[in-house]
Amino acid sequence: MSDQAGAAGQPMISLQDVSKTYDAASAPAVESLTLEILSGEIVVLVGPSGCGKTTVLKMINRLVEPTSGDIEVAGTPVGEGEPHLLRRSIGYVIQQVGLFPHWTVRRNIATVPELLGWSPQRISDRTGELARLVGLDESMLDRYPGALSGGQQQRVGVARALAADPPVLLMDEPFGAVDPIVRHRLQDELVDLQKRLRKTIVFVTHDIEEAIKLGDRIVILNVGGVLEQQGSPAEILSRPANRFVEDFIGAERNLQRLALRRVAELRLKWGPMVEVSTTPEAAREAAAREGTEWVGLLSDGVMAGWVPVSELPESPSLEGLEPRPFGAVVSRRASLRQTVDAMVGSSQEMAVVAEDGYYCGLVDFRMVSEALGSQRGSRAGG
Amino acid sequence: MTDRPLVEELRLFLGDPQTWWGPASIPLRLGEHLLLSAVAVLAAAALVIPPALWAAHRRRGVVAAAAVVNIGRAVPTFGILVVVVVWLGLGPWPALVALVALSGPPMFTNTVAAVLAVDPAVLESAWGMGMTGRAVLMKVELPLALPVIAEGIRIAISQVIATATLAALAAGGGLGRFIVDGFAKRDQGELLMGAVLVAAVAVVAEMLFTRGQRRLVPSQASAEGSR
Repeated sequence: MSDQAGAAGQPMISLQDVSKTYDAASAPAVESLTLEILSGEIVVLVGPSGCGKTTVLKMINRLVEPTSGDIEVAGTPVGEGEPHLLRRSIGYVIQQVGLFPHWTVRRNIATVPELLGWSPQRISDRTGELARLVGLDESMLDRYPGALSGGQQQRVGVARALAADPPVLLMDEPFGAVDPIVRHRLQDELVDLQKRLRKTIVFVTHDIEEAIKLGDRIVILNVGGVLEQQGSPAEILSRPANRFVEDFIGAERNLQRLALRRVAELRLKWGPMVEVSTTPEAAREAAAREGTEWVGLLSDGVMAGWVPVSELPESPSLEGLEPRPFGAVVSRRASLRQTVDAMVGSSQEMAVVAEDGYYCGLVDFRMVSEALGSQRGSRAGG
Repeated sequence: MTDRPLVEELRLFLGDPQTWWGPASIPLRLGEHLLLSAVAVLAAAALVIPPALWAAHRRRGVVAAAAVVNIGRAVPTFGILVVVVVWLGLGPWPALVALVALSGPPMFTNTVAAVLAVDPAVLESAWGMGMTGRAVLMKVELPLALPVIAEGIRIAISQVIATATLAALAAGGGLGRFIVDGFAKRDQGELLMGAVLVAAVAVVAEMLFTRGQRRLVPSQASAEGSR
């Protein structure tokens, strides 16, 4: 990894009073936009169609020239020098991927290194490294793009953009053309990738949920490139700046906020849980203490399930009971939104938190709504 | 002039040693015909394909150039031949000019159409990766356009081989001589042989080119096929 990215938190891309008016259109696509993007963060530009978000992106790598204003990347005005040299230092991923159909996947990934004149050995090493990084099987490398699924193609697109290790990545609705399951997986992979790479990423989407999931910061644009609000997902969801933002993030914004919080942030309840090795008497006490009609059984910390108090035996041992499996089980990494979904899905008012089968505690509705109330605006999980 | 059956006439023509050896023989005429056709197609390709690539790459002057080319297409080859004979006199040149004018348009329009048909997303990523304009043209647009360009060349070749027959009218040689002379002498054997030869050469040339075309763009087939 080169360290050209500079220290995290330093401005990496800055737009100063940038406007763009296309010749054909009378109204500006972007009007005096000022924006600063810090090194190592994912900024998501989001807004309805016609809000100029793609135009903003393309002005950064000069596929579109601004009508007025200044754009700098890493402290250098983008207008200085040849555009093709600028673009080789900025990764670019688009919705339709745009792989070269007459080149193998290997050569597609090597596009920028080849332009930069790397040695064949270095290119070959790097290509293998990237394939592993984005989760592409090595056997794919010698196929043509036409033989790949949409999700695989976009992985190649991301690998191609990362090939020469650029500090900046521009992504224009990169997951917009794949089905929802693949989209969610690619989003998760991007989050993982970003944890390791710490690139400065400008990501364009019209999907507010995607923005909330991926963005360290969200920039909401209105038609004509007007900046309506920028801030962390939590800030935007809890304090929408105006009616437009409120409408755009939608009526379910509290549910969206749940998506930002993780189970790991809560202080879990222990609940009426007992080890199988204890006595039925101890189990009845636990249920009475918690005010429940059931007890959960653990075997050396591993969840066994639950039994109704009425079925607890009079005998001195809990062994030999057949505990029923819990309906709602989530991991500590799960978002509160997933947790609520699990509760609702199993008609329970609580969910069991477990890691690899080991019991961690309980979450209930009251804890979830309290978590929303104590809005400290922290971005969970990253 | 004669009432001999056609088979007899053919036998006479084919039995004549001059048919096989000498300044008016089939091998010589065939050589003239092929040389004239080849020079015409190569000259037209060299003249027309580079500007077509460039115009389509820059998305500039495409409409204007197409208009000029279509004028060329509307003028009959025979008319061009006559005009050039008046201008340059008899010989192989009038036929060459006429054949270049004939074969240019299909190559030009196919080249332009092929480049313009390259997927805009592919182009956007080519530019976005930092390719120079030259690299976009040579590494992306040209290879992707190649199958359609080759198709334009194939069309041009068959047209030119068939039409090169006209060269004989302007003393340009070629297989057309057998037809022209056959008419003049009322020698149906010679006439028929000339016509059959022209048709055979056109068919064989097309077959050879099609085979070469497949070899020329093998990766394309796999890329297209799996789309």
